[in-house]
Amino acid sequence: MTTKTFKGGTHPPHDKPAAGKPIVTAEAPSRVVIPLSQHSGKPCEPLVKVGDEVKMGQKIGDVDAFISAPIHSSVSGKVVEIAPYFNPGGNGPMCVVIESDGKDTWADEVKPNKPLEELTGEEIIKITKEAGVVGLGGAAFPTHVKLIPPEGGLEALILNGAECEPYLTCDHRLMVERAEDMIYGAKAMMKALQARKCYIGIEVNKPDAISATRDAIGGDPDIEVVELEVKYPQGSGKQLVTAVMNGLEVPSGKRSTDVGIQVSNTGTAIAIADAIKTGRPLIDTVMTVAGSGINESANILVRVGTIFSEIAEQCGGLKDNSAKIIMGGPMMGNAVPSLDFPVCKATSGVLIFTEDEVVIEEYLPCIKCARCVDVCPAFIMPNFISNAGEQNDYAAAKKLHVEECIECGSCAFVCPAKRPIVQWIRLCKSAIWAMSK
Amino acid sequence: MENLAVEKRFVVSSSPHVKDPETVQKIMIDVLISLVPAVVVAAVFFREQAIIPIVICLVAAMATEFVLLRKGIFNDGSAAVTGVLLALTLPPGSDWWLCVIGAVSAIILGKYVFGGLGNNIFNPALVGRAVLLASWGGRMTAWLSPVDLRSTATPLAEPGQAALVDLFTGNVSGSLGETSAVALLIGAAYLLYKGHINWRIPGGYIGSALIMGTVMSAAGFGFDITMGLWHVLAGGLLLGALFMATDMVTSPVTPNGQLIFGIGCGVLTMLIRIYGNYPEGVTFAILIMNAVTPLIDNATRPRFYGEVKK
Repeated sequence: MTTKTFKGGTHPPHDKPAAGKPIVTAEAPSRVVIPLSQHSGKPCEPLVKVGDEVKMGQKIGDVDAFISAPIHSSVSGKVVEIAPYFNPGGNGPMCVVIESDGKDTWADEVKPNKPLEELTGEEIIKITKEAGVVGLGGAAFPTHVKLIPPEGGLEALILNGAECEPYLTCDHRLMVERAEDMIYGAKAMMKALQARKCYIGIEVNKPDAISATRDAIGGDPDIEVVELEVKYPQGSGKQLVTAVMNGLEVPSGKRSTDVGIQVSNTGTAIAIADAIKTGRPLIDTVMTVAGSGINESANILVRVGTIFSEIAEQCGGLKDNSAKIIMGGPMMGNAVPSLDFPVCKATSGVLIFTEDEVVIEEYLPCIKCARCVDVCPAFIMPNFISNAGEQNDYAAAKKLHVEECIECGSCAFVCPAKRPIVQWIRLCKSAIWAMSK
Repeated sequence: MENLAVEKRFVVSSSPHVKDPETVQKIMIDVLISLVPAVVVAAVFFREQAIIPIVICLVAAMATEFVLLRKGIFNDGSAAVTGVLLALTLPPGSDWWLCVIGAVSAIILGKYVFGGLGNNIFNPALVGRAVLLASWGGRMTAWLSPVDLRSTATPLAEPGQAALVDLFTGNVSGSLGETSAVALLIGAAYLLYKGHINWRIPGGYIGSALIMGTVMSAAGFGFDITMGLWHVLAGGLLLGALFMATDMVTSPVTPNGQLIFGIGCGVLTMLIRIYGNYPEGVTFAILIMNAVTPLIDNATRPRFYGEVKK
């Protein structure tokens, strides 16, 4: 079988030190800080007040809005504070702080649903919403919104198991260890979406995940593994659609559902399977802890609301020469100033880099080598856009279609002049957005 | 434990957090390496008449940049590349002052009046050569035959006379770097392997020159593949097609634009050679195409992902 891919893209060094490490469960936290906004959409309102006793899996935040997802307690214990808390996003969302009683008593409403065969599409969507499931690929878009079937059903559901970012291995381990549940979740999503086919796209550098997934599919003719070339950004939604659907493009300004395709993360399918089978809401997530600045890399199952520094301690702590903390992968993740904030539902990893990996280079003028033009998966011209951004010429950037940029960072990765192209592109985008208001 | 952030400062910067090891300086060093075969062949055939001009151009170009920037000798390495490339376009035994004026012109008029590397419109080495050609036309076309170093004419003055095999090895008169096709091809192969150039500009340039040379001559139209090959191998065409036209800064960035640029260089070179007053047309062909590079880039913008035709 030949591997599929998209046009453009690059090959960052594929360091995946934790790929062979089974998922371990983090120590139960004694105190959790649970943000009331862990998704794109409207933040939740607290349903509890200071002093309330809460159980594990109990809903503690919700809001009456279409694009939102409820929040549940990840421990049983007592609410001690409701206040805004530091968050690297900078918005300081309201958080519910709960002291654990150490008993992990489940809430009464957490109980198994009917088996999948007896559930209707609407019931699956309702279960998904009530469980607070969001896209675990990074955007944290409320999943129940994405499960609403379009007129006449859907051509195909694509599960994104590409995991093209270096270092990150949480999806990889989940596919290896929980392939059965992933397929169960995929079937539930197909039923809700009225999708005719399901493709699970996996890069060929994860042969164990491919074979585990194939075993779990068994003889089902409607679900298929698609082997993908190892290339960044293979896991970007639009690029994945193009690769899996043999060159099909999502038109500019449209969603993939407009061409009959829905894309979701493999971990999201597992969260849906958990919600149906056990009634468990999304209160924990598997994340990768890696990088040369951490003593022990790991794939670790962590309760939502755990403070990052506690997880780092459980991974042997930070080395003395650690110099940079990255939430997510090295290509698209955000550098953050500390580990003193909580894990969210869609946290995929935390990377610690050491001083010698954190070289801030002086950038040079663009020499028009065209490497960025060759690798750009959006087929725009990052070199000219970076010049426009450098000169604050946002009109020129708009003419060069800066808004089509997916911020994958391939251009800045290959740039021999070390130009901060993505930074300028973000500047242009936000300036254009501000001007259009 | 919880005060970790207070005790220590972490770097915060925009993604991506990993970078390819390639740098501008490494690219320029690779270009210098790729010119080594041509320099060696020139040194073998023309001895000190080649070595002295090359060293003077190299030193003069780097010194000019040092005076302008007041820092670093090598910097990004582009001045060294300009110096060597300029020297390779000069006749053997060029006077020291000719080399110095050419190199200073190349760096100042070719590069720094536009704001330095990356901002220049024209290939700096060719700007230097054009200044010399316009000012001292006689000295710029005073050739020596290889090995015995006697005064002679360029093969281009008598189209079709020089043997193809001599043109290939470099056993002909001509500028320092343009005599040996094989040395230039070895250097270009290195740049191709390293990914610093691609086939489009040289392919478009050489292909269009081959076709035009085959079917056209001053006498009229015909078909003579030997003449086509002769035009490709003689004079500065290969040096121009492989090392000058492929200059990243002054050539288009789009794949189609690069092909158009190469074909444009080839067509202009042949028109000048066949119908023009100069025996050679490479310098002005590339400079003219340099000037229209922004237009080519604009006209050949790739269709972006998901673009819907309006």
